[in-house]
Amino acid sequence: MKNVGVFDILGPVMIGPSSSHTAGAVRLGRAARCIMGEDFKKVNFYLHGSFAKTYKGHGTDRALVAGILGMDTDDERIRKSFDIAKERDIEINFIESDLGEVHPNTVKIEFINSNITSYIIGSSIGGGSIAVVNIDGEKVYFTGEYPTLLVKYKDKKGMISKISFAIALGDINIATLKVDRESKGEIATAVIETDNKVNYNIIDEISKLEGVFSVKFIDAI
Amino acid sequence: MFKSAVDVIELTEKYSCRICDIVLMKESKISEKSKDEIRNKVKYTLEVMKQSAESGIDVPIKSVSGIIGGNAKKIEDYRKKGSTVCGDIINKAIARALSCSEVNAAMGKIVACPTAGSCGIVPAAIITSGEIINADEETLIDALLTASGVGQIIAKNATLSGAEGGCQAECGSASAMAAAAIVEMFGGTPKMAFNAAAIALKNILGLVCDPVAGLVEVPCSKRNAMGVVNAMSSADMALAEIESVIPFDEVVSAMYKVGKMLPSELRETALGGLAATPTAIKIAKEINKV
Repeated sequence: MKNVGVFDILGPVMIGPSSSHTAGAVRLGRAARCIMGEDFKKVNFYLHGSFAKTYKGHGTDRALVAGILGMDTDDERIRKSFDIAKERDIEINFIESDLGEVHPNTVKIEFINSNITSYIIGSSIGGGSIAVVNIDGEKVYFTGEYPTLLVKYKDKKGMISKISFAIALGDINIATLKVDRESKGEIATAVIETDNKVNYNIIDEISKLEGVFSVKFIDAI
Repeated sequence: MFKSAVDVIELTEKYSCRICDIVLMKESKISEKSKDEIRNKVKYTLEVMKQSAESGIDVPIKSVSGIIGGNAKKIEDYRKKGSTVCGDIINKAIARALSCSEVNAAMGKIVACPTAGSCGIVPAAIITSGEIINADEETLIDALLTASGVGQIIAKNATLSGAEGGCQAECGSASAMAAAAIVEMFGGTPKMAFNAAAIALKNILGLVCDPVAGLVEVPCSKRNAMGVVNAMSSADMALAEIESVIPFDEVVSAMYKVGKMLPSELRETALGGLAATPTAIKIAKEINKV
């Protein structure tokens, strides 16, 4: 088990009432914003399990909206997030759904702007911790506790070595590394959690590698 | 550096210091932050705790669902009238615990300690006990470090989550943390502090998590009031040199095992216990209509 520190017990400082249904929901919204960007006019939230059953009384809906607006878990404006979304002309919808075999506190967040729709699926796994498990249909798993790099590339020999070399050259330590692929020789995705923020130069270096299709950086949430 | 109460007591003997010193030492080493930096961050959590412990007393607060609210102010008004069963200190502590949980249920700012559902116990305990001895801010920060240390041991060896261990894991753990913190604040030894923590946790062993409509309101809020009183009486017993026959580490392990034995209906799913009563079902239906 990971080391438990003073502020894992004494904290987080948060807006109530529930670390999983409120604080975790804010962080899921933030994760969606970090992954899909700030350019959106309409957001659909598909609520699953306990999220679907108790979201009104827990303020899970307001918390999710606060998250996509960029608020943190201790922001006292969370209560008023609906009004703020309205002011910014963002359309919000909540849909109770069955997302299948997922954690009881799971939400699919769909960002829509004029021509593009994209989504993430994430779970609030307890105590305000979250896990992003799907981005646009692709299985991933990261918690947002660390700065995270998502690299899509052609599945072939030596790719991991080149990517990790670029990260090492930038004086960044890799905390965890997970690789998945559609099938042999197809598109692979590496989820790389690092100890420090990955700067633009490193991202640029990786993007330029032959066989790399896309690089996305998500700072610690 | 420490995994159990036995480890902590050994370390306090080795360095002839208190629990809070060991907790601070460990945190500084692991987080690579200075002791001052850590104390400052604890100070911030103390400020949030103080606010949430007072704001529900001054003005009645209503929860988002509307099920609870206004009780912190009620108990304070009642206390001020002067004739109470438990006296000023206990009633003040109850008011503060209720205030924190009402602020939480109204989407206000609180410190999850260890969880949001049990956020009233530690603040009410240390602020109210601190008043008795005119404790300064540094003393309250020490108390929070001690409380955190006790919580860390429970987190490592059992659980702090109601979904996993029932209310005993949330309000029970908060009571144990608060009891140890009070004892150390009152000059008790680390052994006494862990006796208090053991007694407090034993008292709530087996308590189920059965929130009405699945919300952190009923019975959570009043269980926070119960939790602080439990912490204070356990602290007094320990300071009077009463020992816990079962040592703290064994109580923690028993709590974990009891949690595992609880059916899922009684672990935060709102399917059993009070949540399954006719009144609770009626309330849940009304809320979901809104």
